[in-house]
Amino acid sequence: MSWRLSAGGSRIDRSRPVEISFDGRALAAFAGDTLASALLANGIDIVGRSIHDERPRGVVSAGPEEPSALVQVRWPDGASEPMVRATTLLVEDGLTASSLAGKGRLETTEDGARFDAVHKHVEVLIVGAGASGLAAAAAARAARPDDRILVVDADPRASGPDVLADTTVLGLYDHGFAIAVQRRPTATTEGRTWRIRAGRTVLATGATERPIAFANDDRPGIMLAGAAAAYVERYGVAPGRHAVIFTTNDTTTAVAATLVEAGIEVVGMVDARRGEVVVDTLADAAGRLAGVLVARLGDDGGVDPATVRTLAADLLAVSGGWNPNVALWSQARGTLRFDPGIAAFVPDAPGPQGGIEAVGSAAGDIDDLGTVAPLWVVPPLRPVGAATTDATIDPWATHYVDLGRDATVATLRRALGAGLESIEHVKRYTTIGTGADQGKTSGVLTSAIAAAILGQEVGAIGVPTYRPPTSPVTFAQLAGRDRGWLADPVRVTSLHPWHVAHGAVFEDVGQWKRPRFFPQPGESMDDAVLRESSAARTTVAAMDATTLGKIDLQGPDAATFLDRIYTNTFSTLKVGSCRYGLMCRADGMAFDDGVTARLAEDRFLMTTTTGNAAAVLDHLEEWLQTEWPDLRVAATSVTEQWATVAVVGPRSREVVAALVPSLDVSNGAFPFMTWREAVIVGTPGRVFRISFSGELAFELNVPTWHGQALWEAVLAGGEDVGSPVTPYGTETLHVLRAEKGYPIIGQETDGTTTPQDLGLGALVSTKKDFIGRRSLRRPDAIRPDRKQLVGLLPVDPEVRLPEGAQLVARDVDLGQSPVPMLGHVTSSYRSAALGRTFALALIRGGRDRVGERVVAPLLDGTVVEADIGPSVLFDPDNTRRDGEPAA
Amino acid sequence: MLLIPCPHCGPRDETEFRYGGQAGVAYPPDPDALGDADWVGYLFLRDNPKGAWRERWVHVAGCRRWFDLTRDTLTNVIGRDP
Repeated sequence: MSWRLSAGGSRIDRSRPVEISFDGRALAAFAGDTLASALLANGIDIVGRSIHDERPRGVVSAGPEEPSALVQVRWPDGASEPMVRATTLLVEDGLTASSLAGKGRLETTEDGARFDAVHKHVEVLIVGAGASGLAAAAAARAARPDDRILVVDADPRASGPDVLADTTVLGLYDHGFAIAVQRRPTATTEGRTWRIRAGRTVLATGATERPIAFANDDRPGIMLAGAAAAYVERYGVAPGRHAVIFTTNDTTTAVAATLVEAGIEVVGMVDARRGEVVVDTLADAAGRLAGVLVARLGDDGGVDPATVRTLAADLLAVSGGWNPNVALWSQARGTLRFDPGIAAFVPDAPGPQGGIEAVGSAAGDIDDLGTVAPLWVVPPLRPVGAATTDATIDPWATHYVDLGRDATVATLRRALGAGLESIEHVKRYTTIGTGADQGKTSGVLTSAIAAAILGQEVGAIGVPTYRPPTSPVTFAQLAGRDRGWLADPVRVTSLHPWHVAHGAVFEDVGQWKRPRFFPQPGESMDDAVLRESSAARTTVAAMDATTLGKIDLQGPDAATFLDRIYTNTFSTLKVGSCRYGLMCRADGMAFDDGVTARLAEDRFLMTTTTGNAAAVLDHLEEWLQTEWPDLRVAATSVTEQWATVAVVGPRSREVVAALVPSLDVSNGAFPFMTWREAVIVGTPGRVFRISFSGELAFELNVPTWHGQALWEAVLAGGEDVGSPVTPYGTETLHVLRAEKGYPIIGQETDGTTTPQDLGLGALVSTKKDFIGRRSLRRPDAIRPDRKQLVGLLPVDPEVRLPEGAQLVARDVDLGQSPVPMLGHVTSSYRSAALGRTFALALIRGGRDRVGERVVAPLLDGTVVEADIGPSVLFDPDNTRRDGEPAA
Repeated sequence: MLLIPCPHCGPRDETEFRYGGQAGVAYPPDPDALGDADWVGYLFLRDNPKGAWRERWVHVAGCRRWFDLTRDTLTNVIGRDP
């Protein structure tokens, strides 16, 4: 049976049939139909089941406030979307929808739909293109013709000057900022996020009809009165044949006229203002509305059982009144007050900051409302506790308040009975208003019923805070194009193509891609790292060190500045020399480290940890600008300007000598911790004699464009001197430095680690002030039982401890809770040079425990024993930094 | 999202800035002259008023300059001195 009327339907185009499918059934619809109107036109009034009680549910509204008719949609392109409101979803050929039981199913495959975002700046933003909104736009235009005006409306058909249709404002924030989402802005774009900054904002968001709570108020066939009329007028669909209207106000007069004109019999007009109410409903075998029980309210507010009569009906159109749509007003922190004249919350003074005003229905100025009876809930027909009732059935258990959450007046009574009084607590306890409709139909109703139960005024109870988004939005929409490799910039060095071509396995270090190791065929990471680190300690190896942060410091006060930044002294550093520096924050905790070279009296080149380069530059700028503006120093990042290759190992000198013949690389002419200018691969560059491995090493710097040429020249240089250069990655770098006990800031430290904790007390000057110095003599900073960096050698030399493993005393009872902790493993590797596994660890009073044995209880239940050793496990006397020591 | 008036670049979105906390907390001229409690006060203790106060911002994604402004912590209105 078709419920499509023979004529009418302002929004449908009867000349354009559309075929869709619902639960496997092909349905005929017209262009302009929503899924809800198409379902009703085909006589489908049960759209799904409810989430907990599994009751049949139908269409309640004709708009975004829908709490019930939520479906799973599959678009013609194959994409699937859960919990779509049938009342706002426009049909298109090939659309497939299926019913849900209160919750949807997320796609497990990637959403290939494309979303984008735009910024928009306007003098006036108007939300809502109804009569009030368009009038506000016209007035704004007349007052200031040059102003940019944007009128946003959720309705796809909204039109007019400056109107952006099919777009929902999700949130209104500080300083005139709004987020809106536009559906299908182009044929290939699923959605567009609008980030709008407005000089002032006019909320013409209208009002939403609200239901009334009564027994069995959720049956398919019961809908908001305005929606019943909307299906007739907009879509030419009869939502029923025999209607009862249950109202508290005058807006249903026009509804009744519309229904009658469409040939729908109005079998009853139940007006609460005349003392009549709907007390219960009857259902057919499938659960659809079949009858309405009407009665009179007695003087005590209860239902008079003697007056009950039954009306056969398949449509019950309910109007409990109209709530101004104040969500955006409230989000922007405008206050609300309860207006008893319209029995609803309306915008109050003071309004939100930032030039926000509400107009029309949103401001409480609702047309044709008349006097509103403040009726929110109809008591159950069965008197509570009467002898004839089944005491196990709560008479309030079918007074549904939030259909999306299956929350009833019984739920509310339970919450209030548990002592919850704040409406915010009630919301969280009952989950009312947390569904897909965000409480558009249930929010104010909940407050009013709670107020009645508590014996308070509705206005005193208030409504739960409105929060963005006003309507559901997908994460894919909010992410826009910032997904996958576009989510964050990817930084690569000029050597990157070589690394890719030679099979490097990469790791992310901040935004950089760094080669972690270069596996040869059949090698595991452990195999590769043992091979790479052996080469660095026995022959020669090379690494791309470009990603280290590089900051050029220039100015007459640069040396003074560095003395304040670093814990150690730099003003004594000679031009041509380098020094390892450690910096703290004002709290005395290690913040960054690196080698800084003096390029000239008034110029230094600072290096930083790869992942910390931006933070260090910010740190320098902050102190320069806010504390020491008198210092004449400029700090400039030159990380991207230089490519750096570290050539490491006993035979590195031969390679560099072959590569840079103009440079005297002997120890006497070019000692450790100095740097030299040189022409490298035909371009002016710098060579630093610094080492992060303990081996003889040179770091070659050339302008970025020449990075790959430098790298290839280093490899060729190895061939020339008969000692092939082994490329190595960050994993080998970490092993080599850990063997030497060099900490990595951020791995050995966690923001609570002082220089002394790291065993770097010798770098802390006592002759000058520096950032953090005062903190290092706080009582907590000099406790003897602070966690200190030590080496750790598992008793079984094949066992590698997991990083992060907790360390406890050997005799500790592992059954107690919490187990007293001694410290934790910060780094752990397999070492070619040591011929065994080893670790670095932070252990309470660790330096006084060298030689002690501790245990690490692991997640898999095993307990690993390990001996505490010094933090420098390899070549503690630094015999190798000038090359292979004489035998 | 706040609209922050950078004194050098004009009004810009909050995402271009980094927050610097309370303004006017100077690095003590002689940290050694401070007892532990006073030093901890400098390091960690800040006002937390309801209403207008002075705070620091840096335009990290713009001119990279630090500046102070007055913001009402209740309304987020910027620019009216307490």
